[in-house]
Amino acid sequence: MQYLEGRKYVVHAIFLAVALLFASRLFYIQVLDGSYKLAADRNTLQRIVQAPYRGLIYDRKDQILVQNTPVYDLMMVPREVKKLDTVRFCQLLQLPVEEVRESMKAARAYSRVKASPLVQNLSAAELAAIQDNLIDFPGFSIKARMARSYNTKTMAHALGYVGAITPAFLEKPKYSKYMAGEFLGITGLESFYETQLMGRRGVQYRMVNVRGIEKGAFRGGEFDTLSIAGQDLHLSIDSDLQAYAEQLMAGKRGSVVALDPKTGEILAFVSAPMFDPATLSGKGMGNRYMELLNNPERPLFNRPLMATYPPGSTFKLVNELVALQMGVVTPQTGFACNWKLVRCTHRHEHPSNVGIAIKNSCNPYFYQVMRAAVLRGRSANKFEDARLGLGEWRRKVMQFGLGEKLGVDLSQEKKGLIPSPDFYDKRNGYHRWSYRTVYSLSIGQGEIGITGLQMANIMATIANRGWYYTPHFVKGIGQGGPLPQYTVRHTVGVDPIHFDEIIPGMQGVVDGRGGTGSNASLLDVGISVAGKTGTVQNPHGDDHATFAAFAPAEDPKIAIAVFIENAGFGGSSAAPLAALVMEKYLRGNVAPWRKRWENWLPGPAERFVRHH
Amino acid sequence: MPTSPARYSRSIDWVTVLLYLLMVGVGWLSVYAASYSPDAPANPFSHLSFQELMAFNWFKQILWIGTAVVLIVVLLVIDYKAYDTFAFVLYGAMILLLIVTPFIARPIAGSRSWLELGPVRLQPAEFAKFITALAVSRYMAGINLRQQNFRDQLVLAGLTLLPPLLIIAANETGQALVFGAFLLAYFREGMSPLILLILAAAGAVLILSLLVPKLWLVGSFTVLLGLVFAFNPRVFRHHLVLALSVWAVVVGMVFGVDFFFNNVLQAHQRKRIEVLINPSADPLGVGWNVTQSKIAIGSGGFAGKGFLQGTQTKFDFVPEQSTDFIFCTVGEEWGWVGTMVVIILFMTLLGRILYVAERQKSVFGRTYGYCVASIIFFHFCVNIGMTIGLAPVVGIPLPFFSYGGSSLWSFTTLLFILLAIDAYRKQDLER
Repeated sequence: MQYLEGRKYVVHAIFLAVALLFASRLFYIQVLDGSYKLAADRNTLQRIVQAPYRGLIYDRKDQILVQNTPVYDLMMVPREVKKLDTVRFCQLLQLPVEEVRESMKAARAYSRVKASPLVQNLSAAELAAIQDNLIDFPGFSIKARMARSYNTKTMAHALGYVGAITPAFLEKPKYSKYMAGEFLGITGLESFYETQLMGRRGVQYRMVNVRGIEKGAFRGGEFDTLSIAGQDLHLSIDSDLQAYAEQLMAGKRGSVVALDPKTGEILAFVSAPMFDPATLSGKGMGNRYMELLNNPERPLFNRPLMATYPPGSTFKLVNELVALQMGVVTPQTGFACNWKLVRCTHRHEHPSNVGIAIKNSCNPYFYQVMRAAVLRGRSANKFEDARLGLGEWRRKVMQFGLGEKLGVDLSQEKKGLIPSPDFYDKRNGYHRWSYRTVYSLSIGQGEIGITGLQMANIMATIANRGWYYTPHFVKGIGQGGPLPQYTVRHTVGVDPIHFDEIIPGMQGVVDGRGGTGSNASLLDVGISVAGKTGTVQNPHGDDHATFAAFAPAEDPKIAIAVFIENAGFGGSSAAPLAALVMEKYLRGNVAPWRKRWENWLPGPAERFVRHH
Repeated sequence: MPTSPARYSRSIDWVTVLLYLLMVGVGWLSVYAASYSPDAPANPFSHLSFQELMAFNWFKQILWIGTAVVLIVVLLVIDYKAYDTFAFVLYGAMILLLIVTPFIARPIAGSRSWLELGPVRLQPAEFAKFITALAVSRYMAGINLRQQNFRDQLVLAGLTLLPPLLIIAANETGQALVFGAFLLAYFREGMSPLILLILAAAGAVLILSLLVPKLWLVGSFTVLLGLVFAFNPRVFRHHLVLALSVWAVVVGMVFGVDFFFNNVLQAHQRKRIEVLINPSADPLGVGWNVTQSKIAIGSGGFAGKGFLQGTQTKFDFVPEQSTDFIFCTVGEEWGWVGTMVVIILFMTLLGRILYVAERQKSVFGRTYGYCVASIIFFHFCVNIGMTIGLAPVVGIPLPFFSYGGSSLWSFTTLLFILLAIDAYRKQDLER
């Protein structure tokens, strides 16, 4: 059978062919194709992010407002649970057996080998009760994590809240570094100062097996980093004053903003109705958020920043200042209280000069002041004249920080509206409107809209005689000062001398005989208040009451703006409320004879309205 | 037969023994790496009792290797004529055992093919390989395969097919396929090459019909056949009937694949072939094994991650990593260099076996040698092929590497019976 011997070469050839095929295939997947290495790393490398300690928040007097407290989750690894005495275990937890069984079933369904939470948000006290006995129950462990807790029940609107990041946030480029399940500031200061509060994450690379169980550090922890705690925030808010103002605003809708005029620091910031900041933290937060969201009183609406009202009579001050600076009126200029132009709400002596007009809030006077500022004969065409004049007037008014965002350190701020000539062109048609169309602006009514914060800022500007710092909540970040934009002084383009004409009038409003804001007078404790009442016409219901003021008039330390919705005339509700807040801030307490207001002011706004 | 141990030992083919020891040694290192747990103490012997050690595959493999050495001594001491003489007796006994096994075995992983003798678990199918090899070699020695004696061929086919049919009955299809390897040995002994060619062609058609749209395949085959005949008009005239029947068979196969696929194959077998063509078809099921196995091997790179440094195998991404997927550990920890070493070891061993087989004077010895080479080669092809995605996932071990007593004993027996036959042949020559 010699001739068959050649067949051994065929067998050899078959063997070698397969060996060559394998060798080249292995060369391809092992040496040439890099994708398998990536796939291997994806399999085994797990990036474990260590959440940094979030920065704390302090108030003006260095009282801690927001801190991190550990909450504890009871974790369970189903595979390690042995011979569980369920009844004893449930006694220890003080939970019904059915509930615990249900949770255990869920944990088992999630993973037999990975820890999953059995009971979440245990307090330190609850933890203490079970910790010592936990050793008898293999498979159970305690995991601590940090949650926000609050030392105050106030200023929820300013503080904002911290929550787990939502899919919508994750899509924004700003939050690209966040991962699902991470916590971040959702609103308020927590959100605005997220970068500072957040700190830096620590990252550890761990190797995991096919079931996701850790198998030690990757390359001995060569690439691991430690987390760095976030910076603390020092607020300018005086939490006692804040609590006082919130107490007075109870039961109402509206806002109170108090500023330190010299620095732009916000002393109190009330959006009524209020809610406890702790509402939006911890267990059941989602449900409570929905309750707030669906509340018809709209407690989540940040009124000082988002509600724009026609400012009413308080705006007359800006109107006057702009006209004085333009030189179209002088302090001595007198205008008749001419009811044919516009109805005046008060009966008073006239022709008025600045002082009388402000004290009596004379509508016809300010009608004529603005007319003088707007209609300056630049064009023979009265429509064009009004158009050009309104444009210039508006630019000057906007210098006061109106019609634009002031740039407070909360993101929800609204611009408000100082209507432009274009606005009326669009609404009424080009050259289809004249001063008669826009005159209500002169008394702060009509299309104009400003926020409570802007109103307070006007008071600060007048108190400073022509300049302001952008209002802000945070006066110190970590060891440093505020953000740089809050140390820039803005001038409003009106010479200080003109303010001297206004301020005595404002003092007259409060301290003069028959002044509309006499309820805000603190003269009895030696403080002179300069202020202005306002009543905002409300087509939907009762008028809104406003009062804006600063004190002491000679050396202003506080500027305040109060809006109370549906409370009618500003002098009867807003003015006394502002007086209490100012006195509390300036003197530390309230004169005994005004104490009764503290009981009288809180409650529904409607009872201040006098129906004729 | 009186022989001195010294003379006898000189006649043993030590090259093969050395290769065997090398492969078992490298295999044990791989099993150790695959079953090594990074959590375990650095010196595993210091703290663990025998019972605890028995939980590790690498430790049990030491016991299997030790017993295999004893087995080798026994195999070499037994008179070679015994293998010749008792071939049919063993075969008969084995057939009985295969018949009985499904009835007395407990089901393990879906098949009733493992016998439990105290602490030891054995798979009769493993031993069916060398016993069948002995039986067919013995039968071959008495016939002439070239002489087209239909009855002899039928008996041979029966001898070869009976064990795999019984094994399929016990639901161990992978082990049954191994018996196809005997065709290589029969080919060497004179079986018509046409059978190999037809089988290869049928295989090609089957694979193509899974990969290529059927009409394209039939169309291009028809055109090809047409071209061949168009350029050879004489052949056309003489073999028209043959050509038409070939065409009909191929077309029938192409369209019959679906029937075979859906009605003959079991669901899990169908899956394994689907996954071979498209690994993402079942990424968490059968595809998982193939994908993870390729990732493990592919991530090894040129020089590997280093001994015990493999992550994919260590962290259980690769299933059955110390048995069927042992090659992944080699690929991941030793890289392409390591896989080449393993392939070269196998090629050297197979070459040496063929060399030893060719120098046998008897048809029995030579046929048996070829059977040994073919069986090892088949395991090599299918096992490594499946780990790198070239063959469907079939649960058969990599000879000498995979963890397991049955497979190590069976391959050791397979190989050392050949060495025993060879050693006595040399002595016969010297006398």
